[in-house]
Amino acid sequence: MDFALTEEQEMIVATTRAFVERELYPYEAEVERTGRLDMDVIRDIQRKAMEAGLYAANMPEEVGGAGLDTLTWLLYEKGLGRANYALHWTGVARPSNILLAGTDEQKEKYLYPCIRGETWDCLAMTEPGAGSDLRGMQATAKRDGGDWVLNGTKHFISHADIAGFAIVFMATGEEDTPRGKKKLITAFFVDKGTPGFSVREGYRNVSHRGYTNSVLEFDNCRLPDSQVLGEVHKGFDVANQWLGATRLQVAATCLGRAERAFDHALAYAAERRQFGQQIGKFQGVSFKLADMAMEMKAAGLLTWEAGWKFDRGTVTEADMSMAKLKATEVLAHVADEAIQIHGGMGLMDELPLERIWRDARVERIWEGTSEIQRHIISRDLLRPLGA
Amino acid sequence: MKVLVPVKRVIDYNVKVRVKADGSGVDLANVKMSMNPFDEIAVEEAIRLKEAGKADEIVVVSIGVKQAQETLRTALAMGADRAILVVAADDVHQDIEPLAVAKILAKVVEEEQPGLVLAGKQAIDNDMNATGQMLSALLGWSQATFASKIDIEGDHALVTREVDGGLQTIKVKMPAVVTVDLRLNEPRYASLPNIMKAKKKPLDEKTAADYGVDLTPRLEVVKTDEPPARAAGIIVGSVDELVEKLKEAGAV
Ligand SMILES: Cc1cc2nc3c(=O)[nH]c(=O)nc-3n(C[C@H](O)[C@H](O)[C@H](O)COP(=O)(O)OP(=O)(O)OC[C@H]3O[C@@H](n4cnc5c(N)ncnc54)[C@H](O)[C@@H]3O)c2cc1C
Ligand SMILES: Cc1cc2nc3c(=O)[nH]c(=O)nc-3n(C[C@H](O)[C@H](O)[C@H](O)COP(=O)(O)OP(=O)(O)OC[C@H]3O[C@@H](n4cnc5c(N)ncnc54)[C@H](O)[C@@H]3O)c2cc1C
Repeated sequence: MDFALTEEQEMIVATTRAFVERELYPYEAEVERTGRLDMDVIRDIQRKAMEAGLYAANMPEEVGGAGLDTLTWLLYEKGLGRANYALHWTGVARPSNILLAGTDEQKEKYLYPCIRGETWDCLAMTEPGAGSDLRGMQATAKRDGGDWVLNGTKHFISHADIAGFAIVFMATGEEDTPRGKKKLITAFFVDKGTPGFSVREGYRNVSHRGYTNSVLEFDNCRLPDSQVLGEVHKGFDVANQWLGATRLQVAATCLGRAERAFDHALAYAAERRQFGQQIGKFQGVSFKLADMAMEMKAAGLLTWEAGWKFDRGTVTEADMSMAKLKATEVLAHVADEAIQIHGGMGLMDELPLERIWRDARVERIWEGTSEIQRHIISRDLLRPLGA
Repeated sequence: MKVLVPVKRVIDYNVKVRVKADGSGVDLANVKMSMNPFDEIAVEEAIRLKEAGKADEIVVVSIGVKQAQETLRTALAMGADRAILVVAADDVHQDIEPLAVAKILAKVVEEEQPGLVLAGKQAIDNDMNATGQMLSALLGWSQATFASKIDIEGDHALVTREVDGGLQTIKVKMPAVVTVDLRLNEPRYASLPNIMKAKKKPLDEKTAADYGVDLTPRLEVVKTDEPPARAAGIIVGSVDELVEKLKEAGAV
């Protein structure tokens, strides 16, 4: 086994890190204070990210991406993950891989503009009544003549406010299975401005200031067949086949922020003096650092290994769930301890710690809650035993 | 015109430097190393000259430990065409002195025949600010130091220099050695596509012995110290007290 990074990987890590520190950090305080993005700033970051080849680097080379292997892509995600989420997600966007599943016309219309930074995508699955249990969705698309008519509500949809279109999952029928009726799901492209489709401001939430979520309403929204992404009734197959390692992406960005919090904590422990000595000399502080470092390393190894296996086609659902679960929980722990080591100063918005701590909270919920990840891992263990 | 850019691998400017216990120098074991920031500016300027059609090839050279290869790859990923690594040390703590570096560079110049050498004004590790000047003396070339603007016009270069109290523009005959200052440009990022391409660019490996240069140090480091710790501040209660304290400190 070779754990060393290649020269290219080292350089990609260095470029990403330098970019994030120089181009994103300076705008963080403003986004945190106002809760919104200045789109002029975003345009500027986009332009610089394109020059550096960082924009949409998750995409294959043929369509204008960097053509990174999964492990290298995750190292890049970790670098971006250090910064405020809204800034890196918009300024250095990684369009959803599912856009690669489109037809040539759909790629022209949706994929390339995202890669060129002219618009952003958003992905709508969750509904007020269907979160973890996505198959339980209520929103429907029904055949009417040669068209589809969409009705229902999606909520918690990230950055739908700035997206030019949404990739929406709708129930399009039911099939009988040995375990009862099962909904059939189809994915659609829905453009902003399509009659019957509206986007409302969502909820304010504790994590990732500036990164909005919206409510999507469909009221007899009529779409032609050409808006179907992939095959009819095969929406989840398209998602499974094309979405890629989104759980590992969450893990990697969490590792980036954990490392940033840790860097602060380590430096502070070596610098801050109380009772006549550096607080790092107190075991109460130093043992915290030891645990934080060890936990981060463990989460990193789970994530890099899963990424490495992803390209070899040997990754399991449990591998990816373990990485996501561990990295998100480690971030929560590291952020909390980093604040503790800083004492009162850790809570103040002079430092990025209070927000890394707030931002950590959503990570255990989206992309599959911690419980759902544990469910996946344990199912992999028990199913072969018939339990 | 070919441009030669020497690049040095130095301790990363973000790293908090620690002095070795025996005071012989700075601890570099397992420390993040990067390209000397002034050399990055020199590489950037060379690329801009090439983009402007004033240069057609950029050769980067690094003299030091084998790991300086990483520094050269970074320069290639920024846009240099070709690299020469001169292995002159095997211990990361061994610094090659400016005169030896200048002598090796002079030999490289002899071989490569560039029209311009663009170097950083100094390396941020030992702050010598000497290599470029020594090289120009060895070559008998014109020199312009601390450049904040460079215009190449035929067989001359107009170089704006940052000097005490202002800017000075001088005209030097080419070929020349120009050392660059902080405000010359803002170096680009090594872009992802170029990082991928860098591996395919040629990197020649040589040793100091190939150039027959004597590396024996001529300088002796007597002692290395941490900078003095900043004394704790005090909060004064009034302007009068402030003036009082400043008087006590001999500041007013
Ligand atoms: C800020 C934010 C942005 C989001 N962005 C998007 C987006 O862009 N697009 C999108 O489609 N969705 C998005 N989501 C939705 C996200 O994916 C869901 O929140 C997540 O899947 C959980 O669903 P839920 O919130 O409805 O919780 P529920 O599914 O209702 O879960 C409630 C609790 O029950 C537990 N639970 C549920 N089922 C089980 C089980 N089988 N075993 C054990 N415990 C269980 C859960 O773990 C959780 O603790 C976003 C969410 C947030 C918070
Ligand atoms: C919102 C807020 C309001 C406040 N209001 C007031 C107020 O009204 N009046 C007032 O006087 N103060 C106030 N405080 C200050 C508060 O009491 C201090 O923040 C607290 O005592 C911790 O001190 P510190 O923040 O300087 O952290 P430090 O004492 O510097 O502690 C830093 C870290 O070192 C650890 N540490 C320190 N010594 C040891 C040791 N011997 N062994 C092991 N670990 C050690 C700590 O546990 C902590 O993890 C307030 C603080 C906050 C955040």
